Amino acid sequence: MKPAPFEYARAGSIKEASELLARDDITARILAGGQSLGPMLNLRLAQPDLLVDITGIPDLVAAERDGDSLYLGACVSHANVEDGRIPDVTNGALAEVARGIAYRAVRNRGTIGGSLAHCDPAADWPCVLPALGARAVVQGANDKREVAVEELMQAPFEPGLEPGEILAGLRIPAMSPDARWGYYKYCRKTGEFAEAIAAVAWDPARGFARIVIGALDTLPIVLGDNERLFGDTPERKPFDTYRPEEADRMLTDAGVRDPLKRQVHMVALRRALEFASA
Amino acid sequence: MEQGVGARLLRKEDDRYLRGRGQYVADIKLPGTREVAFLRSPLAHARIGDIDIPEDFANRVFTARDLKGVTPIRAVSALPGFKPSDQPPLAEGKVRQVGEPIAMCLGDTRAEAEDVAAAVMVDFEELPAVHDMLQARRPGAALVHEEWGDNVFLETFVDDDIDAAAAKAAVKVTREYRTARQCMAPIEGRAVLAYWDSRMEVLTVYTSTQMPHIVRTGLSECLGLSEENIRVIPPDVGGGFGYKGILLAEEVCLCWLAMQTGHPVRWIEDRREHLTASANCREHHYRITAYADSNGKLLALDAEATVDSGAYSAYPFSACLEAAQVASILPGPYDFEAYRCRTYSVATNKCPILPFRGVARTGVCFAMELTLDAIARELGIEPAEVRLANLVKPGQMPFDNITKKHFDSGDYPEALRRAVAAVDIPAWRKRQAEGEKDGRLIGIGMSIFCEQGAHGTSVYAGWGIPMVPGHEQAGVRMTPDGGLEIRVGVHSHGQSMETTLAQVAHEVLGIDTARIKIVHGDTGLTPYSTGTWGSRSMVMAGGGVATACEQLGDRIKAIAAHLLQAKPEDLRIAGGQVFSGDSSIALNDIARLWYRKPQDLPPDVDTSGLEVTAGYKPKRDSGTFSYAAHAAVIALDPELGDTEILDYVIVEDGGVLVNPMVVDGQVHGGTVQGIGTALYEEMPFDESGQPLASTLADYILPGAAEMPDIRIEHMETPSPYTRFGVKGIGESGAIGPPAAIANAINDALRPLGAEVTDTPMTPRRVLEAIAKAKGTEGEGGQA
Repeated sequence: MKPAPFEYARAGSIKEASELLARDDITARILAGGQSLGPMLNLRLAQPDLLVDITGIPDLVAAERDGDSLYLGACVSHANVEDGRIPDVTNGALAEVARGIAYRAVRNRGTIGGSLAHCDPAADWPCVLPALGARAVVQGANDKREVAVEELMQAPFEPGLEPGEILAGLRIPAMSPDARWGYYKYCRKTGEFAEAIAAVAWDPARGFARIVIGALDTLPIVLGDNERLFGDTPERKPFDTYRPEEADRMLTDAGVRDPLKRQVHMVALRRALEFASA
Repeated sequence: MEQGVGARLLRKEDDRYLRGRGQYVADIKLPGTREVAFLRSPLAHARIGDIDIPEDFANRVFTARDLKGVTPIRAVSALPGFKPSDQPPLAEGKVRQVGEPIAMCLGDTRAEAEDVAAAVMVDFEELPAVHDMLQARRPGAALVHEEWGDNVFLETFVDDDIDAAAAKAAVKVTREYRTARQCMAPIEGRAVLAYWDSRMEVLTVYTSTQMPHIVRTGLSECLGLSEENIRVIPPDVGGGFGYKGILLAEEVCLCWLAMQTGHPVRWIEDRREHLTASANCREHHYRITAYADSNGKLLALDAEATVDSGAYSAYPFSACLEAAQVASILPGPYDFEAYRCRTYSVATNKCPILPFRGVARTGVCFAMELTLDAIARELGIEPAEVRLANLVKPGQMPFDNITKKHFDSGDYPEALRRAVAAVDIPAWRKRQAEGEKDGRLIGIGMSIFCEQGAHGTSVYAGWGIPMVPGHEQAGVRMTPDGGLEIRVGVHSHGQSMETTLAQVAHEVLGIDTARIKIVHGDTGLTPYSTGTWGSRSMVMAGGGVATACEQLGDRIKAIAAHLLQAKPEDLRIAGGQVFSGDSSIALNDIARLWYRKPQDLPPDVDTSGLEVTAGYKPKRDSGTFSYAAHAAVIALDPELGDTEILDYVIVEDGGVLVNPMVVDGQVHGGTVQGIGTALYEEMPFDESGQPLASTLADYILPGAAEMPDIRIEHMETPSPYTRFGVKGIGESGAIGPPAAIANAINDALRPLGAEVTDTPMTPRRVLEAIAKAKGTEGEGGQA
């Protein structure tokens, strides 16, 4: 369980990192917190020629309110979110989710951008960030683009990043004061990967509602409107008209053939909805 | 402050452990050491074809062909019908398990050694794998060892007539149970560092083992090197639990390589190797029918047990210890008249099975205690009542049970009554009936068992395995400044022996424990011992130390008698002094006199000196029987299948306790492992024999957050046979939890008509049990 040989470079700027990543003669991987990549290297599941360490790039640890949203650099650690070192624009949702990620040792080093770009369906941020309507800020050597986080994730463990592109940060919309959210994660034990995740957010003032079902074999199911599950557009108490049979059908369509697995996902969803409605 | 037997003395070894200054094999640096990585089989069962070694690495890769003069590991048993298996240190001809070592690869670093291993190509002809012990017994199954003609290491029978007793039964229950294959998961895995000491002409082997002397004997047999030329040194050992009670193929390989190359070589087991390649434990299957009268009194028990022993018979305990133990201890702490039991030790294409803390008792206790609860449910009476109707009573002690186990002492019913009282069952029954606000179901469960420890010559001679414990020897030596060195061949892998054996010596000689040094973990420095296993070290080495200290005391008195002008028999030793009436002389002064001022000794002094090695065996060597009652209260989420432990009580009797705090630590640690067995730990295999939990993300160990506040009550019934009345207790905590927790889960599931019978009782298994009871496949749309 020791990695195959690789080169290591610590980038001082996004431009420098981007140039290293754009080389086509070698395979390069970005090293952020290393909490997933580290074990993959040790198990030789990942054997890149070059690791580009981006944790020394000052722009990537920014955390600032920017109008109606919060901008978080990709290398902000889970622990800094947990400890409230970033402005709270989600009525406590981000901190609460961060608190339940793996163990504190993982949270100290693991980063929000690293987790999203890893696209592990059983991880927290790939489920929660879509529920909050977050957008990913992607930077290449010369240009910059923004994309909804659910569109950034192309498949499990496959972020839609072009050669030379880096997930630089996240733009998270600020919730209205009376917005509600709910998050339910079910694990075999504290700190383990999830068996089921459900994230819901509801912000009537913004006409915004999202439901995400995660910890599937596929990418999370992201519902951008409430029509199918509730037969209604976002209004007060939209969850009262929840139709579990529709959730069951969606899970079946997503390939969850095992009824007991569907049961666990649906219990998680119902509990997240109850939390948000309470 | 009290320091002798019974004192809650802080641990002497904690100073280094708590400061991170323990020294494990991986901490030892020897100049010129090269690292070894093993190329291991990716397949469970295959013939090995060509092995292609890149030319650049020709002198850095070693296969079975290179190991000339090395013989296979062979752990036989004298039980009739046992089929031995030869385990070549590097695979020859075919591989019989995933992870079996095929080639040994050298590098300056472990990463480089792994690079070399990755470059070696092996042609395999895959064979059908034997992945399940019940299928393995069926005709037509693939054969792990073709020459046997079947896959059974050993079959045993206890064939009493049970029909007459069964005919009188008011109730009959039949159940099947399975306990999952587990890994023992010590924090430190195995580790070996070997070199040839050319000055001493000794092969020196640092290895993380519980039984250094047995490893030396095994290495001697495999390498053809006589034992005086081998020195085995286990330094600090970071947990063992039985996993480090085996001669490893890797140990044999590294020793050969050290002698071959002339430089030190090192292999540190990594977590993936531990999980997938080495030795496992616990995998049992039971089919049991119990017959009882209308009060729940057992009339007869009819059982068939199968143990998945894996591909090879592990040295020295063999492939059959586990199943042979099942047959002899299944009756548990109960008194009944008719018993039939058939056991099978089955070979499969999996890692060899090793005795894990509790050995077969954890499975046996699970099977027996779930059966008693099934009887209680059938009869509609409290589970405690069924047990009280069957437990051996204090007036019957010492008691020879139906399988001739000799229970030395104790009050089993009292332990159960205390556990029942401590959890306050009526209060929980009330809460259970009211129902929880969050919809969870309350369950109450219990288990009771006895644990044979420190069983000796008579027991092991019958099994006829490579190791039979005899008299346990201990050496004690006074230093010239009045300190005491104690040499023992057992080895601590977390048992706190540096403290507890010092307490024993203090009890006899009164020397301050700060001046007592335990020397262990080195075959070059310590008396022969079979090592630390079977809850034996406190009984056996403790007895040895006490005996040696008493003999040393006699020698001290002989010298003191001269100085105090008294008769030796009139002297007494206390608090580091020898007293004759009111006058006294310090042990320090006697030591100084003997070593540094011999001119002041009388001419007719006893010449033996202040160093003694003495041997010890209890008055009976059939073992001590500690026992415990466990009671668990759980809350079960019927939607997710998740179990939370709300209360956990243990009433434990380990005889006289040398250090109750150390015993509490042992019981806590064991209980955590037992909870792991109950709820989390499982190494599943697919049909091709692939282990499916190759990292700790898949092999779930219990964590601090899952642990209840374990409450322990002690009873102290001395053993009539041992020094101080101590009993072995180190394994006990790991035995009771799966049964107690399963019974609690089944109590919670009772309104749903569901029952779990397999470990671990994962949320999935609980949901499956509920779905089965409802006749559905799951809630799906109704959740």
